[in-house]
Amino acid sequence: MSGPSNYNPQNPVLKWVEQRLPIGGLIHSSFVAYPTPRNLNYWWTFGAILSMMLGVQIITGIILAMHYTPHVDLAFKSVELIVRDVNYGWLLRYLHSNGASMFFIAVYIHMLRGLYYGSYKAPREVLWILGVIIYLLMMATGFMGYVLPWGQMSFWGATVITNLFGAIPYVGDSIVTLLWGGYSVGNPTLNRFFSLHYLLPFVIAGVVVLHVWALHVVGQNNPAGVEPKTEKDTVPFTPYATVKDAFGMTVFMLFFAWFIFYIPNYLGDPDNYIPANPAVTPAHIVPEWYYLPFYAILRSIPNKLAGVIAMFSAIIVLAFLPWLDSAKTRSSKYRPMAKQFFWIFVAVCLGLGYLGAQPPEGIYVIAGRVLTVAYFAYFLIVLPLLSRIEKARPLPNSIAEDVLRKTGSTKTPMVSTLIALAVGASLMLGGMNNAKAEEGHGPTPPSLKWSFAGPLGKFDQGQLQRGLKVYKEVCSSCHSLNYVAFRNLADPGGPGYSTAQAAALASEYKIKDGPNDAGDMFERNGRPADYFPAPFPNEQAARASNGGAAPPDLSLIAKARGYERGFPQFIFDAFMQFQEKGPNYIDALMQGYEENPPAGFQLPQGSYYNKYFPGHAIKMPKPLSDGQVTYDDGSPATVQQYAKDVAAFLMWAAEPHLEARKRTGLQVMIFLLVLSGLLYFTKKKVWSDAH
Amino acid sequence: MTSSSSAEPTRRDFLYVATGAVGAVGAAAVAWPLISQMNPDASTIAAGAPIEVDLTPIAEGQDIKVFWRGKPIYIMNRTKKQVDEARAVPLSSLPDPQTDQARTKEGHDQWLVVIGICTHLGCIPIAHEGSYDGFFCPCHGSQYDSSGRIRQGPAPLNLAVPPYAFVSDTKIKIG
Repeated sequence: MSGPSNYNPQNPVLKWVEQRLPIGGLIHSSFVAYPTPRNLNYWWTFGAILSMMLGVQIITGIILAMHYTPHVDLAFKSVELIVRDVNYGWLLRYLHSNGASMFFIAVYIHMLRGLYYGSYKAPREVLWILGVIIYLLMMATGFMGYVLPWGQMSFWGATVITNLFGAIPYVGDSIVTLLWGGYSVGNPTLNRFFSLHYLLPFVIAGVVVLHVWALHVVGQNNPAGVEPKTEKDTVPFTPYATVKDAFGMTVFMLFFAWFIFYIPNYLGDPDNYIPANPAVTPAHIVPEWYYLPFYAILRSIPNKLAGVIAMFSAIIVLAFLPWLDSAKTRSSKYRPMAKQFFWIFVAVCLGLGYLGAQPPEGIYVIAGRVLTVAYFAYFLIVLPLLSRIEKARPLPNSIAEDVLRKTGSTKTPMVSTLIALAVGASLMLGGMNNAKAEEGHGPTPPSLKWSFAGPLGKFDQGQLQRGLKVYKEVCSSCHSLNYVAFRNLADPGGPGYSTAQAAALASEYKIKDGPNDAGDMFERNGRPADYFPAPFPNEQAARASNGGAAPPDLSLIAKARGYERGFPQFIFDAFMQFQEKGPNYIDALMQGYEENPPAGFQLPQGSYYNKYFPGHAIKMPKPLSDGQVTYDDGSPATVQQYAKDVAAFLMWAAEPHLEARKRTGLQVMIFLLVLSGLLYFTKKKVWSDAH
Repeated sequence: MTSSSSAEPTRRDFLYVATGAVGAVGAAAVAWPLISQMNPDASTIAAGAPIEVDLTPIAEGQDIKVFWRGKPIYIMNRTKKQVDEARAVPLSSLPDPQTDQARTKEGHDQWLVVIGICTHLGCIPIAHEGSYDGFFCPCHGSQYDSSGRIRQGPAPLNLAVPPYAFVSDTKIKIG
């Protein structure tokens, strides 16, 4: 791609192929001999990191599609079965779901790097615009992928986003119907989203090829923003850039692995562990974090059409950047004012992200409007103006000179920037957390000590067995446990029953089977492969028997419930691997009943007061009382003990491979640390003659 | 990467080899789950547990087809004639020599239990057809006798006997 290659294979077979299809020469000139500026910093490794993430998403996605069923009745279940039953299914699913977030983290860093160093300026306009197209495609792909698990957030996200197109005058409604393939979001919508979610990554890959092609025509920009002039300004891509990229990728994988193995649900919304329900909208619809700034812009504008236009313009404006900023100097390193405005812009984006997660009321709306104006002002006023009035500092004559001028302190800015970005980004996430428990304003459930918390966490088998007993004797009269099979009780990392014990337990249950040869349904004894039978034949029956509120299935309840932790606690949560909101909440709820509601609280007919339940009026009567369940192991027969045991059991039911996940995580972490250490020293050796 | 012309390994070479080796180990470790996920999942394995079949409804000369692990299993209540034919054949004339006794359970001579999948290319042979009072595969013309042994046609092996046992005289457990 960058001029004639000097690739000259000696092997006769390679020679024969090369004369007919010069693919070796193409690869050699693009990824071996390709001259890369010698002063690139680690921000430039994000191109390679993004390529890696695209590969990870495509590979894990293809595999998940082998096990996934795109049907409204089966999608949610098939995802659960992937996590529970498929070999390493939990790993593949968490790789893919967290991979999307990692992909966006990397792309935002990549884009901000381009913005800071002026990588969009001539002659790299097409390169930049292709990048904007990739970003748009990523957003579409990410959105459709989020719909596929068919949880509550999937369904309502799909509804809200498709309704955006309803804002288009005259044809809006027709377009929305066309997108849905029906009168509402339903099975046709899910099917086409699945098809497109499979297609778009390959479109992205195609545009990435164009992006890399354009890059190899015009060459890479660099922190100094001056074009390479002589041989001394560049180093060959291999080994210099290759080994540096490899090191960058490994460090990024460490970050990625932390999420996969220790806090896989940190970035997700608990509501998406509740199956889609077209009759109930979650209290707070919050998009995935990577859309939040644009969501804030949408909500800042009190007119539907104008809001949608503003939101899309916020992305489209990026494509015009090369012409909005006409300053001659590329790198903000030499533009004292542009540099400051750049950081203000970053703060504005983070602020918009924070606001995107807040409820759309009061001060948040006003702040959203101010920041929306600031966002557009940066592109439409500040940059055009700066290119006319700003006086740039003198540029180095060449890249070689820039390298020589450097002091040892060049790496510190990157580290401090990363920390600043991380704090800012987590502020934004904090907003998301804040938004969730806004309703109810109940006290926060106390944080208990759980044996399964932390990097080496393991379930307490005795506790799981006691919790199972509580479920069997109390909860199961109203609550189903649809995704747990009797055989699971004998799985490693579970309550520790033997296969025979699990089979014996199964045979205590009557399971409906059939039809038999005569066409009749019949009852038989349970087998290990059977699932815990539900107490009610259908949701209507459950609702009718329980005062209008269907008792939720408990298989995933420990992951489907959360509460606010507040700033800065939730930032520490990411480092401390806090993932126990669900069990804390269950435990608190079991003990949160109060005979007499506080004065002034109007308890609806048929409800009970619970201080931890959102809204406090719960339809479930106090389920546990002291001495209700007899324990065989001498544990106290108290509500407190029951509550904790059943919460632990439900955590296992929701995350049966937790132990395997944490154990694998430790191995992966150690491996990646060793590999990144080795790569760091290899990189130092390789680069020793280049600095 | 190494441009050293000396024959002696340098510290630099060692670093490169070590890094490459660790990287290769990592790549292999990543490949494992990606391949392993294609194996039957836990629910499929659990659903492949043994099944029990009641033999009372099968009259002499009749057969039924049941499914176990997604495979059709023929359970045939053979007539005396079928049993005698199967036992009279000299082993030397069989492409896949096996006695009828070895293919049935002692004391339950009339019961033939075989996996109804042609050993040629997986079609399902039709019972009570062909020239040997056994099975005939319509796909490529393989013929099996009343013991499910290959007698004629392209199939290389006898119909497989699944693992099974008599729980009582009228009930078997397959698997």
